[in-house]
Amino acid sequence: MDIIALVGNPNSGKTTLFNALTGANQHVGNWPGVTVEKKEGKLKFNDSFYNIVDLPGTYSLGAYSEDEIVARDFIIKGNPHVVINVVDATNIERNLYLTTQLLEMGTKVVIALNMMDEAKQKKIEINLDSLSNQLGVPIVATVASKRKGIDELIEKAVATINEDPPVNSISYGEELDKEIAEIKKLLLGSRDEKFKDWISIKVLEGDEEVIKHIQENNGLKERLIAIKDKAVDYELEIVNKRYEFVNKVIEKSIKKPDETLVTITDKIDKIVTNKYLGIPIFAIIMYVIFQLTFVIGEDLLGGIVEGWIESLGIMMSSFLYAINSPDLVTSFVIEGIVGGVGAVIVFIPLIMTLYFFLGILEDTGYMARAAYVMDGVMRALGLHGKTFISMIVGFGCNVPGVMATRTLENKKDRMIALLINPFMSCGARIPIYLVFIAAFFESKGGIVLFSLYALGILVALIMGKIFSKTLFKGESSHFIMELPPYRLPSMRNVLRNMWDKVWDFLKRAGTIIFAVVTLLWILSIFPLGVEPYSQESILGRIGTFIAPIFKPAGFGTWQASVSLFAGIAAKEAVVAVLGMVYAGGGEGAALVSAVQDVFTPLTAVSFLIMTLLYTPCAATIATVKQETKSYKWAAFITIYPFIIGWVLSIIVYQVGTLLGF
Amino acid sequence: MTNKTLSDLHPNQECKIHSIYGGRNVNKRLYELGLNKGAKVKVLKNDVGPIILSLSGNKLALGRGLADKISVV
Ligand SMILES: Nc1nc2c(ncn2[C@@H]2O[C@H](COP(=O)(O)OP(=O)(O)OP(=O)(O)O)[C@@H](O)[C@H]2O)c(=O)[nH]1
Ligand SMILES: [Mg+2]
Repeated sequence: MDIIALVGNPNSGKTTLFNALTGANQHVGNWPGVTVEKKEGKLKFNDSFYNIVDLPGTYSLGAYSEDEIVARDFIIKGNPHVVINVVDATNIERNLYLTTQLLEMGTKVVIALNMMDEAKQKKIEINLDSLSNQLGVPIVATVASKRKGIDELIEKAVATINEDPPVNSISYGEELDKEIAEIKKLLLGSRDEKFKDWISIKVLEGDEEVIKHIQENNGLKERLIAIKDKAVDYELEIVNKRYEFVNKVIEKSIKKPDETLVTITDKIDKIVTNKYLGIPIFAIIMYVIFQLTFVIGEDLLGGIVEGWIESLGIMMSSFLYAINSPDLVTSFVIEGIVGGVGAVIVFIPLIMTLYFFLGILEDTGYMARAAYVMDGVMRALGLHGKTFISMIVGFGCNVPGVMATRTLENKKDRMIALLINPFMSCGARIPIYLVFIAAFFESKGGIVLFSLYALGILVALIMGKIFSKTLFKGESSHFIMELPPYRLPSMRNVLRNMWDKVWDFLKRAGTIIFAVVTLLWILSIFPLGVEPYSQESILGRIGTFIAPIFKPAGFGTWQASVSLFAGIAAKEAVVAVLGMVYAGGGEGAALVSAVQDVFTPLTAVSFLIMTLLYTPCAATIATVKQETKSYKWAAFITIYPFIIGWVLSIIVYQVGTLLGF
Repeated sequence: MTNKTLSDLHPNQECKIHSIYGGRNVNKRLYELGLNKGAKVKVLKNDVGPIILSLSGNKLALGRGLADKISVV
């Protein structure tokens, strides 16, 4: 199967195009650095299948950060049959820089000149034929978000597979041309002869990987030593020459209006990046999101699913009763599945609403501004402003949150961002909050939610500061970030991102949560003959064994202990377990009143703080292991948040008791 | 030669990049982003926090430490 790779600058619309080509549902957002992994999908065209590969965005093949390395590695080593170079038509100069590097490689390229709608709006006139002739590659105008130009793009891309690669017509100047010729001569007869043009440019550009690759070539090594003094100049000169080429191409084919008008983006930015208003506006936006989530997700829609689950429970139990099913089976279905898994499913409307609003936030372009306004605070704490983006992504789920740290160039910045991400309260923790809000803080739902999220951010920032003073000393790298234009959120993207998350949530309910519930149910009925869910069951004994640890925090019951323990498999399990052991078949209202019996407002708060902060879920731990390639850090991320959560909930409970709550 | 850097400019002031003294990697990164010698930029915001530039109509935020190292004419 032929491989078609999507390559381009960050935020140029690669993933939007990928989704349009393959029918996939990959995450799209209006900020640079959404995609940090390689993703594959299939396209059928004229009875043949093609493998489409979506890559992280990159400004060059220089690869400064992890996500850029993923893109670079695939372009160089993945042997795509043709590359679709997605170029943002409103920013052609910089986008074509990457194109020059593809031309140097001799890759077969088709340019998708995307965002043509915005280019038109900005009155940028582009002569496609002239552009295509000068670059020597086919160009198709597209509006990926409206699926315009897609068919023609596919056709051109497929046709290009069987054509000759483009010729590189960049001139590097006399001195460099001479050097290039020298090096090419040295490559004759070597295994790299086929790529001699590209390698000689890359070597002069100081590309470390390519230089490492040619280390065995002695003649070349000597040559490199001979020109060592000039290396830095050559490096920058090559960049300049590429830009000169780009500018020449553009001069002949693009007309931009002289006076750049003040755009809506400029007007909005004046306010949201204002030095006094920036941070308050961010706080207000988050507050409004939680308040709306609460009002719409809980008050308005919350009852619907709950009603379904309840009637399902009643139906099931009367059915099981009617067929005279054994008590054990009845208890498993009603208490385990309806009570446990059902307790989680109940929160679907709220989860949906939250992701809907987070999706809107991501698709407007505000994310990059949030990072911008927080940079000052972050820098004062020894963190990088971009860390904040990975933190907001972590609100959805810590797994992509941890992945999003790939965009941080500096190892120190990245490690800190990665280690503090689990304190960002993810969607899976919401069901826990809601049960306790319903039980104790009914009228202040939005505020409680917001405070928990804010506490998560606060703890993350404090830990970040501590890490930057201890484990990861040294300078943060510089803040460099593009601020994309604001865009009206596309409902297609928002709903797609939302559905993706909800589907994930449902899948987890049907797999991990189901498995946990089943396992715990089994533990709860053994040894045979004990009262199920009693302290004498194996489950009860395990819980009783752990419980003393949590006594000083006020929730030292065996049930709470078991639920926290189960929550490490997946955070929703905390509620599933509470539902199972406390409420039996009646989730929802029954669980809430059971919780009211066992907790007090104070222990509820300390329990919430614990669930917010303690050990992240197994999937997050595994992701930390994957990203750091280290068991040591995986162990660290398992243990230290537990200690933080534990200590903090003890403090809250003890101080609260002293104050008489 | 000039001693003026990007961080000395006021909003709406336009200038050309003269040279960057940020160290090898940083220099190349900025060059590749289009901030190479002779590039025309306009400062959009320069009070606290990173400086916001307009580079051929697109917005780029640059940390203050970095802007200090970019000399302009
Ligand atoms: N107006 C307009 N917006 C577009 C077009 N194509 C994509 N977008 C929007 O541009 C933004 C970025 O799209 P993505 O597909 O996530 O971009 P990407 O290149 O995958 O970005 P990274 O993964 O961060 O590199 C989203 O808000 C899209 O809705 C287009 O042709 N016109
Ligand atoms: Mg993408």
